[in-house]
Amino acid sequence: MISFSQVNKRYPGGYQALKSVSFKIAEGEMVFLTGHSGAGKSTLLKLIAAIERPNSGSVLVNNQNVGVLKERALPYLRRNLGIIFQDHKLLFDRNVFDNVLLPLQICGFDHRESSKRVRAALDKVGLLKREKSNPIALSGGEQQRLCIARAIVNRPSILLADEPTGNLDAAYAQEIMAIFKSFHQVGATLLISTHDTSVLQDTRVRTIDLKNGELQTASLSSTSGGSAQTTSTGSGQA
Amino acid sequence: MMHALVQHIGILRTALRRIFSSRLGGFFNILVIGIALSLPAGMYLLLQNLQGLVTQLSGTPQISLFLSLDAKTDDIDKLRRQLAQHPDIARVEFVARADALEQLKQSTGLADVIGGLQQNPLPDAFVIYPKPGEAQTLEALRNELAKLPRVEQAQLDSAWAYKLEALLKFGRIVALILAGLLSLALVAITFNTIRLQILTQSSEIEVAKLIGATNGFIRRPFLYFGAAQGLLGGIMAWLIITLSLLLLNHQVNALSQLYASQFVLHPMSFGDSISLLLFSMYLGWLGAWLSVARHLSQIEPR
Repeated sequence: MISFSQVNKRYPGGYQALKSVSFKIAEGEMVFLTGHSGAGKSTLLKLIAAIERPNSGSVLVNNQNVGVLKERALPYLRRNLGIIFQDHKLLFDRNVFDNVLLPLQICGFDHRESSKRVRAALDKVGLLKREKSNPIALSGGEQQRLCIARAIVNRPSILLADEPTGNLDAAYAQEIMAIFKSFHQVGATLLISTHDTSVLQDTRVRTIDLKNGELQTASLSSTSGGSAQTTSTGSGQA
Repeated sequence: MMHALVQHIGILRTALRRIFSSRLGGFFNILVIGIALSLPAGMYLLLQNLQGLVTQLSGTPQISLFLSLDAKTDDIDKLRRQLAQHPDIARVEFVARADALEQLKQSTGLADVIGGLQQNPLPDAFVIYPKPGEAQTLEALRNELAKLPRVEQAQLDSAWAYKLEALLKFGRIVALILAGLLSLALVAITFNTIRLQILTQSSEIEVAKLIGATNGFIRRPFLYFGAAQGLLGGIMAWLIITLSLLLLNHQVNALSQLYASQFVLHPMSFGDSISLLLFSMYLGWLGAWLSVARHLSQIEPR
């Protein structure tokens, strides 16, 4: 589903964000991307959505090399992805409902069908009662959930989440993790970045650990490989 | 099909809402466009009207050929034959001096004055109807006829009309230059309005790009905005012209009654009105398109 091979990313100015990173994520997998701040987690996610392009190596999404994708083809790649942004990127000039509606408007759904889908997505994240509110009136956790609703309303096969629990307290974080697990159970592929390994403690999932832009080989354990090893790679920022 | 139409109407509604979201600002934009367009279009309309007047008055140009008072019947007959054979002349009419005096008596009410005259002061005259042609050929013909023997004076009756027409041609060029410049201004106004809009909506554009909006989808509301603003500006221009014409016509009426003539300024024709609206709509669209092409690529998600 997602496959990196020998990917290098250097930003203008010489900063090397990723150094020959290679890994594969199979369809339906839920994978955590860990590492300290600045380890290259956000860059890695941006490469998948073709927000950034790699300097070398290939990034395959659904067997499509997104690193060389033409500008015109980008929208159709991104419609297959649900992206949950670190800074939410909500629009404050419209209410909660219309924020979630935007991806469907972009894809050209008709009014009745999209209303149904928006309500279903809001229901899933527990914001159905707030559909008329302005997102600015929502708490941090609610804004995060709204961002999730917008990412899933299109029913994408791949969900990317950049620090979804970054600024949330433990209870909110657990709530969000529970939402992700429910998507995992219905077959979505998830890649979730976090520097906060404490949310993983009771979860047996695969992690990909980055350190200064390099993949830590020790972390390449799968779900069945034992959770002790997986969670021990955290850098202790929790 | 129906579904796509509904979507486009939705986008149009968004665009119109944006125009009027700042009521005064939107209105002033439309007013500026309207004034800019009404100047050349109004000038064009006035010239059109004057043109109508000119053709009405100079429908068939005539050359009046006044003979010297000592012209004899022989001379006149010779001249008549000569004129009848001339290739540029369609028809010749002879007005004897006695008839001319009689006509003058009847038409001017100066019978008493004329009756008191010792002798007829009017000369014999030919009224010559030339074959249709350019102003220059008519002028050449007049010069040629003036040189004939016994001809005192040759007068091209519609000379002033030709002069006026030349003046109108000049005016039309001025109107054209004005139209070109103010059209550019209209494009510039729209360009700037759209630029500001793109700036204020940069976050929306960024998010839309991130969740899979095509450039066409992002561009569309701005293009619709430009076209709608242009169209509303065109309607404003039409209103300005039509109202001004109503005001002017009042005065023109009084004026033409003084000259015992029937002249009114005609309003813009249906075809011209539609052209004006379509043209201003197109200019608005063009300004928006240029602006979007220039500024949209600068907003890339990071």
